[in-house]
Amino acid sequence: MPKRHDIRKILVIGSGPIVIGQAAEFDYAGTQACQALKEEGYEVVLVNSNPATIMTDPNMADKVYIEPLTLEFVSRIIRQERPDGLLATLGGQTGLNLAVELYNSGILEEYNVELLGTKLPSIQQAEDRDLFRELMRELNEPVPESAIVHNMEEARAFVEENGYPVIIRPAFTLGGTGGGIVTNEEEFLEITPAGLHASPVGQVLIEKSIAGFKEIEYEVMRDKNDTAIVVCNMENIDPVGIHTGDSIVVAPSQTLTDRDYQLLRNASLKIIRALQIEGGCNVQLALDPESSQYYVIEVNPRVSRSSALASKATGYPIAKLAAKIAVGYTLDEIKNPVTGTTYACFEPALDYIVSKIPRWPFDKFEGANRKLGTQMKATGEVMAIGRNFEESILKAVRSLEISAYHLEVKGKNLNKKEVEEKILRADDERLFYIAEAFRMGVTVEEIYDWTKIDLFFLEKLHGIVLLEKRVKERKKDSVILKKAKEKGFSDRWIADAWEMEEYELYKFRLNEKIKPVFKMVDTCAAEFESATPYYYGTYGEEDESVVTEKKSVVVLGSGPIRIGQGIEFDYATVHTVWAIQEAGFEAIIINNNPETVSTDFSMSDKLYFEPLTVEDVMHVIEHEKPEGVIVQFGGQTAINLSEELERRGIKILGTSLESMDLAEDREQFEQVMKKLGIPQPAGKTAFSVTDAVAIASTIGYPVLVRPSYVLGGRAMEIVYQESELLQYMENAAKVNPDHPVLVDRYLEGKEIEVDAISDGNDVFIPGMMEHIERAGVHSGDSIAVYPPQTLPETIKQKIIERTISIAKGLKIIGLLNIQFVWHKDEVYVLEVNPRSSRTVPFLSKITGVPMANVATKVILGESLKSQGYETGYQKEADEVSVKVPVFSFAKLRRVDTYLGPEMKSTGEVMGRDKNLQKALYKGLIASGMKIPAYGTVLFTVADKDKKEALDMVKRFYEIGYTIMATEGTANIIEKEGIPVDVVGKIGSEGRNLLDVIRKDEAQFVVNTLTKGKIPARDGFRIRRECAENGVVCLTNLDTSVALLEVLESISFSAHALSSFTKKEKVLV
Amino acid sequence: MKRYLILEDGTIFNGLAFGSQGESSGEVVFTTSMTGYQEVMTDPSYCDQIICFTYPLVGNYGINRSDYESIHPATSGIIVNEHAEFPNHHEGMQSLSSWLTAKDIPGLYGIDTRKLTRKIRQHGTLKGKMANSIENAEEIIKELNASPLTNDQVKKVSTKSPYHLPNSGNRVVVVDFGVKSGMLRELSRRLCDVIVVPYNTTAADIIRLQPDGVLLSNGPGDPKDVHSGITMIQELLKHNVPILGICLGHQLLALACGADTEKLKFGHRGSNHPVKDLSTGKIALTSQNHGYAVNEKSLMDTELVLTHQAVNDGTVEGLKHKLKPAFSIQYHPEASPGPQDSNPIFDEFMNMIKTTKKEGLMQYA
Repeated sequence: MPKRHDIRKILVIGSGPIVIGQAAEFDYAGTQACQALKEEGYEVVLVNSNPATIMTDPNMADKVYIEPLTLEFVSRIIRQERPDGLLATLGGQTGLNLAVELYNSGILEEYNVELLGTKLPSIQQAEDRDLFRELMRELNEPVPESAIVHNMEEARAFVEENGYPVIIRPAFTLGGTGGGIVTNEEEFLEITPAGLHASPVGQVLIEKSIAGFKEIEYEVMRDKNDTAIVVCNMENIDPVGIHTGDSIVVAPSQTLTDRDYQLLRNASLKIIRALQIEGGCNVQLALDPESSQYYVIEVNPRVSRSSALASKATGYPIAKLAAKIAVGYTLDEIKNPVTGTTYACFEPALDYIVSKIPRWPFDKFEGANRKLGTQMKATGEVMAIGRNFEESILKAVRSLEISAYHLEVKGKNLNKKEVEEKILRADDERLFYIAEAFRMGVTVEEIYDWTKIDLFFLEKLHGIVLLEKRVKERKKDSVILKKAKEKGFSDRWIADAWEMEEYELYKFRLNEKIKPVFKMVDTCAAEFESATPYYYGTYGEEDESVVTEKKSVVVLGSGPIRIGQGIEFDYATVHTVWAIQEAGFEAIIINNNPETVSTDFSMSDKLYFEPLTVEDVMHVIEHEKPEGVIVQFGGQTAINLSEELERRGIKILGTSLESMDLAEDREQFEQVMKKLGIPQPAGKTAFSVTDAVAIASTIGYPVLVRPSYVLGGRAMEIVYQESELLQYMENAAKVNPDHPVLVDRYLEGKEIEVDAISDGNDVFIPGMMEHIERAGVHSGDSIAVYPPQTLPETIKQKIIERTISIAKGLKIIGLLNIQFVWHKDEVYVLEVNPRSSRTVPFLSKITGVPMANVATKVILGESLKSQGYETGYQKEADEVSVKVPVFSFAKLRRVDTYLGPEMKSTGEVMGRDKNLQKALYKGLIASGMKIPAYGTVLFTVADKDKKEALDMVKRFYEIGYTIMATEGTANIIEKEGIPVDVVGKIGSEGRNLLDVIRKDEAQFVVNTLTKGKIPARDGFRIRRECAENGVVCLTNLDTSVALLEVLESISFSAHALSSFTKKEKVLV
Repeated sequence: MKRYLILEDGTIFNGLAFGSQGESSGEVVFTTSMTGYQEVMTDPSYCDQIICFTYPLVGNYGINRSDYESIHPATSGIIVNEHAEFPNHHEGMQSLSSWLTAKDIPGLYGIDTRKLTRKIRQHGTLKGKMANSIENAEEIIKELNASPLTNDQVKKVSTKSPYHLPNSGNRVVVVDFGVKSGMLRELSRRLCDVIVVPYNTTAADIIRLQPDGVLLSNGPGDPKDVHSGITMIQELLKHNVPILGICLGHQLLALACGADTEKLKFGHRGSNHPVKDLSTGKIALTSQNHGYAVNEKSLMDTELVLTHQAVNDGTVEGLKHKLKPAFSIQYHPEASPGPQDSNPIFDEFMNMIKTTKKEGLMQYA
């Protein structure tokens, strides 16, 4: 059946901000869907609140709305646009939940909007635990013993009947938020209530644990003709018990016989047929390693993170085909875009093995609970392709960018006991510790007992350790070198083992003619001729990547999504690719993140799915011989490679390495700024505690302190007095001559962020953003406002002048990002990033300047003038836009949620409207905050903030909010004549703070940080309690004021009339 | 130990030996199935062929006691990228390597199997030899070019004498051209009283067994080499015996009805072949293993109707006789290995038997 002609306009719902459990994969899915629908001639209207996505680019849909994904706003869009159809199954859980809400509200029926693809009853049947289990019973498909419970009593009854361990899974949540494995009474009391709370419908599934079973996923597709296929199956190396998003996964399955495979395939297809899925679907199953007993774990009736992985693992574009199915096509009518000759109705055959390893944020959150369980904690993932397991997994390891180039734990003296404990605990480093255990002589069987990881995989890992020994023994032996390279060993590790420099080994190796070839990912194991420009490197005989005559440019991607380096960099990477193509070159991309748009092979001329290490990048470059490499769009990942690439004679296009060093090296940077006459906050490097104290007293408190060797704001702190400084030096930074500490004056003031493009002659500034939070909160965690609302013209001029002068002074060619602080009539420069920044997508969208595109062309030699841009600041837009950070605190236990110099947010949303309050309202709502017009605010603030807080209290009171406070704060409030509800501090008798939060008695909590951080103090518990109970906790007074202003703008205050009193004569 | 694959076009692949120490030659084919290597290796249709697995890791779950498609494997050799030294599965009994040794089948690993696959795709299947030395490579290449493909594979793999698998249901005579156990299993599952007869059994002998239906099995090689089968089928049709032809059996039915077969460039071997049922428009993913196919044009002047077709290349995948109770399919409804989507084909056969019985059309004399 061909496509439908009765629908013309389709509304596509995106997935909103990046949070743990819902990341860049939905940008990939949404982008594919929009393209597929446009290709078919439909008018596409897109709504998504996340500006950092490719899908929200104006050219991706006929109309793009960056608006909150809420019933209120999407209903507005439906009324305005009158779409015929709604496609929600590509927007993750957010899209699906919103579709359900829209349906229930009646608006879809009212405006005759048809839900395309999988129908609502199917979605509900798959999502609602009760309905799903009922269906499984009808189909005779086994599910583990379980019960749907709505309260503790029901949960208790289940446990009494079935015993521990049990798994708690909240209904309708992302990435298993709030769930977990419960093995005893204590955990039962902790996890069950959290789970009930996490579910928007107060419903959890309590389930007999089948931990230890093999966890297998099937990515399946079905069309309305009832044709159903398996795109890919995947096997989690970590058995059931660890969330699949946190599991190391291989594709295809490795340890299943064909009977096992077909058993689970049949079950998966039976289920999607019964559910009448039209599009993509993910089925998770558990298989007993000792029998053919299996269980159905869950079904996601939509494209998912796993389907993005499956698409990249096979080359089969699931989201694109799901969109086509939604508009009426059947699988046998759609050509397989990979081969171009065969049809989409087939099951890909792989001739390689794919490994996925999650990327966790624990490098940023050192205090976090790293134990993995049913609640996902990873922010991103990497994928690697190899022709054997060892190659595949080791390539994935070095793609992670955690300074690991091999399966080893560096710099720790471990004993067996520690290793055993670590492995038993099953945290993010388990894979590495397993290898360490083998090195200590622990047997494969012992590790199996500890982990239940299939012996097949453990033997392979053991094999890697055994091969290490042989490599170490046979220095500079080309036979063993070839073997090691075939098994995926990195040059870096081998060079260490042979006590050589990595580059030396590289040269030795090439001299021995040991280098990889590139093979194509073609969905069909070479059975049909394909023209997909999608390659991976492996040590084989035949190279399939044909280098064309056309001049090419290599772009380095940004690797896995992590805190501080998110989807924004993939956005810039994709734009770079397009710009390179527009400029007439072939665009070649190297990246390793399976979730992203940049690793969609149809985006570039050639995609190399490879680790972003010098070795792997060099292989591609030597094969392709490009004009040069562009590094400034791939975030720090790519920048970090440039020095070594240049050393190996590779041309870095754009801003030179020298200039990048100028910006990144503190001493050199200081000199340049001095020369340019641009002030910086005073500061010095301290090599001892006495040093630090002396510097601080010279430059004056407060000071900003941080260890010099740590990047990205980690362990950075603002200290207000000497005692705090001493405490910091004691706890956070072990200062010594090798590890100095940087002490800078902390200038309280407005922070301003600027992105600019420079071609060496001209410097064009598309826009500048003012941060709501005063300096001290990481720019990525601040609310940014464009255009600035409070800056006087003189300050703006200073910023513009200084930006131009810095860009020229540093000889920037391409993009740069500068952070300034406005402090007492002066503008100080805090930081310069000689590269694309987090704000580029946001700023591009609101200013209409495709910044990454323009910058790429500059890099390729087209001047700004020739592109129609001149030196200066672009005229500001009339509308106000805000970028609001989004956090994933609920998923990260033990992480303190206060905002400080360390970045903590995982994503962002945008709000845009006629004035700041409206824009903020949208932004805050889009970020997931509930903003009721009345309610209760609980204040518990540090002494130094009490004065400022008092003003806020008054204003909250005036708009009808009830004020609640702890005793100290309450006293001050009462003095002002404002009624206040006093609550006890933590540990006090009767109703205390935590009870209020747990019982949802306050809508907002304002909690500021008491200085002199003592771990595990009350503030931390308050903030965590809020995170776990979904209560908005504001840790910064500026954010609080912003929220207050929004509230004021949406509520009418009620004032009694003044009584009649005799006044002066009224003039007529 | 080193081992080489020498191809008729002069290409030499340089790898390592596993399994049997012996050498062997045959037609080199590739299969894209990612699971089910044990079923593939024991499928008699691979007689005199060297199988290259495109999936690079083979032997991961070892060899078990259940997944045999015949007792004695007929393949000439196995080529893999890597074979598992430490397989693991609760049913696994031994490693791939030790099994190949026990069955005296040479194995080759450590070559670029994708390069070999691409070569076969571009060139078509090639004759090759798995040799332990390349000293006489030139001679071997000459020999490979000089020797035609074998034509007696069916004789090699068919049962030498009939045997009975008694059960309570319909009596089905299976003509063994190289039958896979999977077909017998599917018939047994439907309680059929199965009698397996050698490939060269005459129609008269079959009729004497008073079958309710006849299954023409799969098997190796060129259908045109199986003359006795063609005449046997022509006779059977006259008796209105319900016939199901699978794979080679399907090609033989076509030949018996006057259609023609041809050799495909490199065949269909794998678990992911989409086939469309032309009457319902439904698509099934099928398991396939064939190097020959029925020529669609040749159906013109026959009593056969095209019922199933390959989605990818339009190959004839299913036929039905206009007048007689006979139908056939090119793919493998018994799967083993591969998707079980078309398992209901056996039920169709049972239904055909039922209808024919009811109408009393069958003639046993």
